Amino acid sequence: MSSRTDLRATLTDPLVRQNPVTLQILGICSALAVTTSVATALTMSVSLTVVLTLSAAAISLIRRHIPDAIRLIVQIVIVASMVIVIDQVLQAFLGEISRALSIYVSLITTNCLVLGRTEAYARHHAPLPAAVDAFGNGLGYSLVLLVVGALRELLGRGALFGHSVLPTVDEGGWFTPLGLMLLAPSAFFLLGGLVWAIRSLRPEQSEAPEHTPPTRTAEAAE
Amino acid sequence: MAAPERNPWRRLLALPNESRTKTLLVAFLVATVCGVMVSGATVLLRPIQSANRAAEEQARIASLVQGIPGMAGLLDRSGGKLSTVVVDLPMGRAATEVTPAKLGTALAEAANWTVLSPAADIAGLGRRPDFAQVFLLRDGEKISLVLLPMTGQGYGGRIDAILALSGDLDTIAGIAITNHSETPGLGGRIEEPSWQAGFAGTRTRDAAGTLRFDVARGPAGGPYEVDGITGATRTGRGVAGMVRFWLGPDGYGPFLDAIRRGEF
Repeated sequence: MSSRTDLRATLTDPLVRQNPVTLQILGICSALAVTTSVATALTMSVSLTVVLTLSAAAISLIRRHIPDAIRLIVQIVIVASMVIVIDQVLQAFLGEISRALSIYVSLITTNCLVLGRTEAYARHHAPLPAAVDAFGNGLGYSLVLLVVGALRELLGRGALFGHSVLPTVDEGGWFTPLGLMLLAPSAFFLLGGLVWAIRSLRPEQSEAPEHTPPTRTAEAAE
Repeated sequence: MAAPERNPWRRLLALPNESRTKTLLVAFLVATVCGVMVSGATVLLRPIQSANRAAEEQARIASLVQGIPGMAGLLDRSGGKLSTVVVDLPMGRAATEVTPAKLGTALAEAANWTVLSPAADIAGLGRRPDFAQVFLLRDGEKISLVLLPMTGQGYGGRIDAILALSGDLDTIAGIAITNHSETPGLGGRIEEPSWQAGFAGTRTRDAAGTLRFDVARGPAGGPYEVDGITGATRTGRGVAGMVRFWLGPDGYGPFLDAIRRGEF
């Protein structure tokens, strides 16, 4: 019984409470690059979740026999192979989207999120919890990607999944697309806004300030 | 105490993780398994991928033809199928031994490429294949459209395009950029339909038969020019060089002459 609730907590914790992107700020690079539309964000999320789950399970299976001296290389080799397989599958069956994602699928290899989970969790846990944890983290990443992707596509093109939602001025509607939303900086803004929103709702996530600015009274005295 | 383990696999697993033998063997096994997985996926999926790419190419050619005013009806009448010909470029006629299916193999051989002299190499290619696959659209017996794939050197890398020439072999009917790596927002705008629309109706040769096509620096001036893109002078020069090279004597020139003589 308790193991089941444990598994559920492992799965749901990374969604918001321990979200890898908004709390641990991992995997930002791809989150910026692939969120110009929901379709690419969704494909990237699914690819990352699959890679993460499979490699966590594989690494957890052989965790007792990975020599410490070469453990990072072993992990990277396993992750990289999974990524290549996924990339080939995408190229074969989803050619259009694979071109839109360009190198970012291959860059899943270097996504700190993947190595972070395999190094921190899969190496010390049995395959099932490791896979569940990886899947949960993948979902947490996907959640952020989809939210940012949906906002960017909606505000930048007035569309969702390529279907027009807000009729744009070009098509005779009223909505003027915000070109900025399609550029990388807007992903930073949205991500920052998201982190801010989550941390206001869950103050326990905010970090203690490392430095305290000098107080105003001292300035006034000068 | 149990008898010493005979099974070599168990003995390996029982070794301490830090032993040199185990480190080497684990590294080797992981590399082998991953290698098999990657090569397996690549080999198994390659046929699907190349079929996809071929279908994409076909769809792009179809959409290029569909986008040219008045061509959609013509394409429907001829059954929506273009005929494909592999051209022997130096001879200017249909290649007898190389079929579209064998073209890839033929181009893998260095003997089927011609090194270009710097003076002739206005597209910056270095060398040019001796065979190229072109597409012809016929209206009855007459050729109404010739689709010529071409390659040039832009600012950021290779530019691949398909140029559509009308039946008079002089007027451009349209262009489709199939691949490029130009700067997004500057040279990358060559993939925008609004820029490509400028090609339709542009003439390539004057009355004396001299190649006059060019990409202007700014708005097009005269019937032989298309608009330039601001901030992308080298991309424009690359496109102009590409079109001039491939329509010239080292490109499709002999082939176009053969069509004029009525050999196709």
